[in-house]
Amino acid sequence: MSFWDSVLGRRKPVQAKLDALFALPGAAITLQTAAGFTPTGVGSVCYREAEGAAFAQTQADVVALLDADEGPDVERSVDEFGFTWLVTRQDPSDMAALVTDLHAVNTTLEAQGFGPGLLCSLVGFTDASGRRLGLVYLYKQGTFYPFVPLDGQRRDNVLEIQVRDLLTNELPVEPQLQRWMPVWGAPGL
Amino acid sequence: MARTRFIKDTGLTARMTLVMFLLGALFVALIVGLMYALPNYAFIIGIIGLGIVWFQWYNSDTLALKAMRARVVTPEEAPELHGMIDRLCAMADMPKPRVGISYTDLPNAFATGRSPHRAAVCVTTGILDRLTTEELEGVLAHELSHVAHRDVLVMTLASSAGIVAGMATRGAQYGAIFGGRRSDNNGAGAFGFLIAIVVSLVVYAISFFLTRLLSRYRELSADRAGAYLTQKPSALASALTKITGEIAAIPNRDLRSAQSMNAFFIAPAISGATMQTLTSTHPSLEQRLEQLAKVAAELGRPLDGGFPPPGLDR
Repeated sequence: MSFWDSVLGRRKPVQAKLDALFALPGAAITLQTAAGFTPTGVGSVCYREAEGAAFAQTQADVVALLDADEGPDVERSVDEFGFTWLVTRQDPSDMAALVTDLHAVNTTLEAQGFGPGLLCSLVGFTDASGRRLGLVYLYKQGTFYPFVPLDGQRRDNVLEIQVRDLLTNELPVEPQLQRWMPVWGAPGL
Repeated sequence: MARTRFIKDTGLTARMTLVMFLLGALFVALIVGLMYALPNYAFIIGIIGLGIVWFQWYNSDTLALKAMRARVVTPEEAPELHGMIDRLCAMADMPKPRVGISYTDLPNAFATGRSPHRAAVCVTTGILDRLTTEELEGVLAHELSHVAHRDVLVMTLASSAGIVAGMATRGAQYGAIFGGRRSDNNGAGAFGFLIAIVVSLVVYAISFFLTRLLSRYRELSADRAGAYLTQKPSALASALTKITGEIAAIPNRDLRSAQSMNAFFIAPAISGATMQTLTSTHPSLEQRLEQLAKVAAELGRPLDGGFPPPGLDR
């Protein structure tokens, strides 16, 4: 935010950064070869619904667009913080298709001026022993961080740090650990 | 291409700029006036006054939290509140402030701190009990906007003219008594002190109204930015209606104990009708609701393919 925007009290909403999402397929290969985590083929977008008819229309358009292919339908749910999650499923081997789906949601929202409402995106991975790993993309920062939930609202921080070190060359990883927000019970994980 | 639904409020910006300019001019006028009237003392009074201003701003987070008897809470103690602020900060791309809870039944919230990196957001248990999740989020977004706009810094600077003027009045009163006696062979000294008192009093009065005016503009700005952040202007509107409605109904004893904190509150804790429009730190509820309705209209309008309502051309 510029000096004058701050002095005059007119902060503009922060726009989302979308392009870094396309680094995901490369990162998925690294995760598979180096850590044994394979994609589950499930991805989700978390955003804040704006009030009014324009947003309802936009959201209906997005769901219709994603449901147009043969695959399973999009699931929509609202979490306890009032954020909406759209879950989309693709063939686990086809990471690029999943990213395209996520990107379709983002660009549609952004084209209608709802880009500032995007919070994060999540892509699920799992390994042979059944551990789950989510790569979370923060739209406003344009960075990724790993999220490994354990039972009872605990997270495997050691594994998360390992994954971060694996992916530093593939993805922009969030450098501030305070921003690695847990997303407990996130749909699609 | 990213499109935005953010509408500029040029009128508000212009009014705010004018008030800030007037406050700056007032400060200069005060210093110049004091220099003329009291060539020897003006410098010291100015330095001490600015020192107080600086101290207030630098320690604003600690002072305000102490004044409200608020306690900083960890994510483990208040997971929902922290989760909400985490998400809002991620959406707004700003550093997370410290979170405090004040154990008082008065429904209110305030933000304080010298910079966005050293800020604190505090809510009272009264507001936590009364508001729904969505409404509380609207209130928190409003407070985070205060942090992003550096309102503590702006308001402290704005009130510096008043603080220095207040000090000068005191200093000149003492000077007129003691200084006047010592130099009774020369009437010019006592006359200088008299002028200094008059100048300071006038500056203090003008600065009082101007800072209140500026405070009301800053509130409107924070409302706007907060509504755009949560994308739910109506949630903030209903929270404001609830809070202001309830504050008027609460007994006076509680209210007085919170009076010195008013400038940083989301809704003023004093109710009363005398000169309210000129001296209140917050705009009227009607004014705030009207502005939130404008934001809601902009958010609900189709960007392409629809017919924009007249007067909202982009």
